[in-house]
Amino acid sequence: MRCGDFKEDYIKDEEIFQSYFVKFWLILFFIFLIIFPFIANHYMLYVANMIGFAIVGAIGLNLLTGFTGQISLGHAAFIGVGAYTSAILITHLGFSFWLSLPFAGLIAALAGIIIGIPSLRIKGLYLCIATLAAQFIFEFIFVHWESMTKGITGIHIPPPRIGSIEFSTEKEFYWIALFFVVLGVGYARNLIRSKMGRAFVAIRDRDLAAEIIGINLFRYKLSAFAIGSFYAGIAGALWVNFLKVVTPDHFPLFLSIQYLAMIIVGGLGSILGSIFGAIFMTLIPELLNYLSEIVKIYAPGNEEIFVPMKEVIFGLLIVLFLIFEPLGLAEIWNRIKSFFRLWPFSY
Amino acid sequence: MDILVQVIVTGLAAGGVYGLIALGFVLIYKATSVLNLAMGEFMTLGAFICFTALMQLSAPFYLALILTLFLAFVLGFVIERLILRPLIGEPIISVIMVTIGLGVILKGLMYMIWTPSFRNFPEIFPPEPLDLGFSVVPSGLLWGFIFAVIGTIVFLLIFKFSRTGVAMRATANDQQAALSMGISVKGVFALSWSFGAIASVIGGIVIGNITGISVYMGDIGLKVLAVIILGGLDSIGGAILGGLIIGILENLTGLYLDPVFVGGTKEVAPFFILVIILMIRPYGLFGKEIIERV
Repeated sequence: MRCGDFKEDYIKDEEIFQSYFVKFWLILFFIFLIIFPFIANHYMLYVANMIGFAIVGAIGLNLLTGFTGQISLGHAAFIGVGAYTSAILITHLGFSFWLSLPFAGLIAALAGIIIGIPSLRIKGLYLCIATLAAQFIFEFIFVHWESMTKGITGIHIPPPRIGSIEFSTEKEFYWIALFFVVLGVGYARNLIRSKMGRAFVAIRDRDLAAEIIGINLFRYKLSAFAIGSFYAGIAGALWVNFLKVVTPDHFPLFLSIQYLAMIIVGGLGSILGSIFGAIFMTLIPELLNYLSEIVKIYAPGNEEIFVPMKEVIFGLLIVLFLIFEPLGLAEIWNRIKSFFRLWPFSY
Repeated sequence: MDILVQVIVTGLAAGGVYGLIALGFVLIYKATSVLNLAMGEFMTLGAFICFTALMQLSAPFYLALILTLFLAFVLGFVIERLILRPLIGEPIISVIMVTIGLGVILKGLMYMIWTPSFRNFPEIFPPEPLDLGFSVVPSGLLWGFIFAVIGTIVFLLIFKFSRTGVAMRATANDQQAALSMGISVKGVFALSWSFGAIASVIGGIVIGNITGISVYMGDIGLKVLAVIILGGLDSIGGAILGGLIIGILENLTGLYLDPVFVGGTKEVAPFFILVIILMIRPYGLFGKEIIERV
């Protein structure tokens, strides 16, 4: 805690922006985010968009897994449900992109609730297996419900528009992504200090004890699944509208693992952690691509090695963070912050 | 009718192999309460090592098998020591995630070493199918079944009669009590990982022999989850019986539902069964029902 920074009531203690300092830096960061598309090139904007979608999805998973403790290996399936809902509504029923978004979220939330129902009876290991099964079942549906999803050929989606403005390039889509990231982060940040957020944490820590102190497990566990999947659905819808095509290949089990890796590396049970994790885990594959380009120039023929390298590094990050830094990047960030705050008298 | 019998026999034989892999899961779970989601990758790795020993070193099959089993033993031991040991007492999500991470690492490494191309296993079993009179069992499945039966019997005997087996059962039953009786619980943990790795590696060799091997073979490991959930996570007998049941059900769905859904039902059927079991009877047919108290 900073010197002279005393909290005199609970409302102050619960504030999102704790000091002028935080507000100042956040405003500065926000201004940077707004200037960013004018100074960045296409590739940087592409990566920024990807990070945006990853942040929305990772926050959803963190609300479910990090805050409520309901481990989910089927996050990619919910992302897929949202993506396909949006794509089908736009192409079959002529919805606009904007109108399809809430439906994408809602249908994904519905799928989440259905998968979440067993969570009332089973937990931990068994829930993990149930969500894994859901992942494979949804993948099967994406491939085989050909009248709706067009199977492995996939669906092509026209770019979103408002009036005559078309959001088709990376730069234009950046605004959409930024808007939803800010909205998503803001909502999640508020949710976790509300009654529901506290109930989530109580369920994570000990669900039976939570029920005894009067938390309705049925309601809150399903809410966690619904909200987490809603985020996933929105992330999926944004993602495929950005790519302008959706195929079943977009949502493999590996994507679920990637999202879990994001929240573990970033920090379980931390909104800031989800953001860090999403940024980190999106940048790593891009960095590897970059390295493989370099290798292609200087040592041609060896760039093949970078394809599996991504998996190895993801796996290593998961394992190493779990063993050495279970609280993730968010904790490292806190440590760095307090180092500077307390310097030079750190005791 | 003929085709039905044929499918059931095939299912039984495939189920035997599932049972063997399920045994790998159960051996680890029983002693350490860890569900090893990297089992499929263990399997694939075993198949690849055996394959390399056969092709590159042109070793005879029994030598290749012994080498593979030995390496599996070491692998299980090392992984327990390096990765699982630091996580004892951590929340279950960390432990599950670490095995997933492990699986991803192994898969990536295998991709690097052996490239993703698909390979046929050299013939190690006599290719003649067994004619039962009313139906025919293909050679690969037949030998798979035989291996599965031998493996299971050996493991059961070890559990029943050997000193280590008794120590493992004691640890599974009550770690505190086992510790106070002078059993090295750490040693048992390491040993059960080694045994689990061995069981899955045998499964991997057998399956590789039937379908050929590639990096993606490990997905079968996830299908086997249905088997262990059906049989009960901590029941050896349940693993075998569950394997047989899932094997038959899977092949029956393949027979009857594939024409309806244009293929692929065989792959996804175990997961549907899995969800149904979890809804009705989460602790499986023979598993121990856990009663939680606050």
